[in-house]
Amino acid sequence: MLLESMLVFGLVNSAILMLMSFGFSLTFGLSGVANFAHGGIYLLAGYLAFFLLRTLGLPYLLAVIITVIVTALLGAAIYRLVVIRVRGIALNEVIATFAIGISILELFRWLGFITYEFSLPCIVDGRLTLFQTTLDYQRILIIVVAFLMAVFLWALTHKTRIGLALLGMAQNEYTALSVGIDSDWAATYSFALGGAFAAIAALMILPLGIININIGYEVLLIALAVTVLGGLESTKGLILGCIILGYAQVITSTLIAPHWKEAVYLAAILIVLAVKPSGLLGKFKELEERV
Amino acid sequence: MKAGHRKERIDRGIKVRADEIFAISSYREILYLMGPRLLAIMGLLLFPLFRDVTGAYWQTVGFIACIIALLALSWNFLFSVGLVSLGQAFFFGVGAYFTGYFNHFLGLGPLFSIPLATVCGAVLCTIVIFPVLRLRGIYFALITFALPLFLMRIIEATGYLGGTEGISGLQRLPGLTFSVYVSVVVVLAVTFIYLRFFDTDYGLVLRAIHDNDMSVLAGGLSVQWYKAQAVFIAALPATFAGALMTHHYRIVGMPAFAMEYSILPLTAAVVGGTGTFAGGVLGAFILVPFSEMLRAFGTLRIVMYSALLLLFVVGLPEGIYRFAQRKYFQFERIVPLEEEKQ
Amino acid sequence: MNKKELLKVTGLCKNFGGVKAVDNVSFTLYEGESIGVIGPNGSGKSTLINLITGFLKPDSGTVLYKGKNITGIAPYKAVNIGIARSFQMVRPFYNMEAYKNLIVPLYSPRVKKQLKGGSYGDRDEVAIQLLEDVGFERESQIPYKMTGSLPHGYLKRLELARVLSLEPDLVVLDELFSGMSMSEVASTVPILERILKEGRNMIMIEHRIRELFRIVNKIICLNFGKKIAEGTPVEVMQMKEVKEAYLGSEADSIA
Repeated sequence: MLLESMLVFGLVNSAILMLMSFGFSLTFGLSGVANFAHGGIYLLAGYLAFFLLRTLGLPYLLAVIITVIVTALLGAAIYRLVVIRVRGIALNEVIATFAIGISILELFRWLGFITYEFSLPCIVDGRLTLFQTTLDYQRILIIVVAFLMAVFLWALTHKTRIGLALLGMAQNEYTALSVGIDSDWAATYSFALGGAFAAIAALMILPLGIININIGYEVLLIALAVTVLGGLESTKGLILGCIILGYAQVITSTLIAPHWKEAVYLAAILIVLAVKPSGLLGKFKELEERV
Repeated sequence: MKAGHRKERIDRGIKVRADEIFAISSYREILYLMGPRLLAIMGLLLFPLFRDVTGAYWQTVGFIACIIALLALSWNFLFSVGLVSLGQAFFFGVGAYFTGYFNHFLGLGPLFSIPLATVCGAVLCTIVIFPVLRLRGIYFALITFALPLFLMRIIEATGYLGGTEGISGLQRLPGLTFSVYVSVVVVLAVTFIYLRFFDTDYGLVLRAIHDNDMSVLAGGLSVQWYKAQAVFIAALPATFAGALMTHHYRIVGMPAFAMEYSILPLTAAVVGGTGTFAGGVLGAFILVPFSEMLRAFGTLRIVMYSALLLLFVVGLPEGIYRFAQRKYFQFERIVPLEEEKQ
Repeated sequence: MNKKELLKVTGLCKNFGGVKAVDNVSFTLYEGESIGVIGPNGSGKSTLINLITGFLKPDSGTVLYKGKNITGIAPYKAVNIGIARSFQMVRPFYNMEAYKNLIVPLYSPRVKKQLKGGSYGDRDEVAIQLLEDVGFERESQIPYKMTGSLPHGYLKRLELARVLSLEPDLVVLDELFSGMSMSEVASTVPILERILKEGRNMIMIEHRIRELFRIVNKIICLNFGKKIAEGTPVEVMQMKEVKEAYLGSEADSIA
């Protein structure tokens, strides 16, 4: 049935978008820095996992743990070594992280990671047929992980001490400083978490296809599109944005033609920005409302 | 520096109080003041005449440097209004495709297609970007980064405007020397006009937006509308660069939206000094020949640009131009701290 | 007496995440009048002004100006129909010379028509004149100094000069005197009195009660976003709610 498969694959697609954009959104929401190196970290995680699994032949779980830790450290290092020096000047933050992201991506291109041999294994092979729609386990796992990450994010920001500290930081840095929260360490954690999330996303999604440099740009684009759509500082908005874009893509690619998928992003961004510039659920105030 | 000492900076006698006011008392001082500028202008104007000395290859490099300089000028203009563009390729590509369309489908000659593409492209860019201008912060950077990549994908996927093949066989320009001359003259003109522009009251209003947009609103001016005007003015040299380059190579394709046209002007502007127009041009003329020499490294060059970008943003945010200017107009000496004198 | 309504505010409300910053505030400003807004810190005074001048959009309620509904108007449009405001936290253009700060408001559609001249023409002259009016010494270097290097009292007066440069019918001042020295306040009060004499109207938020009562002829007192009192300065001071909410022992000393 067409409708049924559209529903299912729309959900899968939404979950993929969610995974791709969580890291970026988390870092931005908690530290206020738009990490343009997100795509680079994502791709790095993919190649690192490939190296650990295929070249070194490590067991899957160990490789996953190492990858996540390395990218988390990379995220923290980006903050401690670079961003901290330009902190507060939003424009320089953007330029600096952008430069890091591009250098990672283009370095891989130069090193020759452009052939078709790079791919990650699925965690569990096999597929499941529900009614008339066939779905492989990896895609089901993606939905589950996306859901778990959303829950984790909520619990982190609402239940744990560090999460509350980070949230306080994002809302008012000076007040947070005055009650004894070290804003630099809080931001470092948020970068590390963003890196780890990017790695988890890469490990979940990349097995669906081959690893390719342009995925790095695409992930960053998707993260930007989704966050702009949902509102820069709202997790609910992010999830809503993912669901809307995810389904919109599946619908256009089944009903019109697959290559119109890209146009959906652009149209969505432009429409939302024209109608409600702060995003669907954005709390980010418009210029006029900032006093 | 020795302990207990500090660096003292003293303005040369010729430079008085404010940045723009100079006290000139002799021809020597006039020369001191005008020398660097005249040297740069004369150098640029004479460069195309020395084709026999430099060879066609380095003339082409000069041409590309001018193209990047135009994009960097455009970037600096946007920066002066408080907007950071991560996608100069957007403006460049729009100008390039417009001229390709005009020439190939409407049959207009370069004399008409280039100016028309410049203006139409700038109008289109402004309309597309207009909604974002209501917001402050990183939105402008986000959207300018996303637009060229999306447009490239859409052209690739849908096959419109020549698709992956591009539009080729466009009408040729009279020759390399002509192209170089046109680009050099435009670079100089744009630099001069932009510098003058920011001295007018209108330019002052645009600079004020960068400084404090709330006060501009409270001063009775629509920030969004003035930003839109700024985007239009800034887009003009960039779309022109795209149009000129398209006619020079007689082909327009997806590479017009390539990352290189975003990252090179950005790096040139940051290396030269953000907000200084001459700095951006200087940066372009340093970077482009440098990158030509490193052609053997292929895509590693983009990594190098990024590294350079990072280095300057973190290490020398004032840029080469301001740094050189300071050294030129100031003495520096190490003097002992006051306490030690006593 | 047949007084014309200049500004009529009805039932204005604004919530910030569940906190009622302004709660059902109504008042009317007649032509030739001036209103002082008092109240403890966080009682919604600045929010009220932001709602009137368009810097915030109200959740409900209306603002009528000269009979026209201007609820939620864009701030720059509010300026161009004659409502000019100052900011509590100064917002000058730090990277310009002091007098250049005034070029921006002088460039607004409201004033632009009346002035000609480019870089060194009328606008600069008018700007320096305005600065002199608010107490910048004309013969000194102060108007030509970078704004970032001026002391806070000057920045406050620069705010006032910006408001005046817009030729407003309704002057809205948000804690103009805070951060000024006693002598600066003393020299600013006559300027405000002169503005009123010129036939302009004024809404003033102020914590300096003594000076405020000299300037305005009507007081509104806010507490927790609600209007708790309205009347002439003497009337308001004697109201029990006002004393309790805000003035405390100071009220007795003034009365």
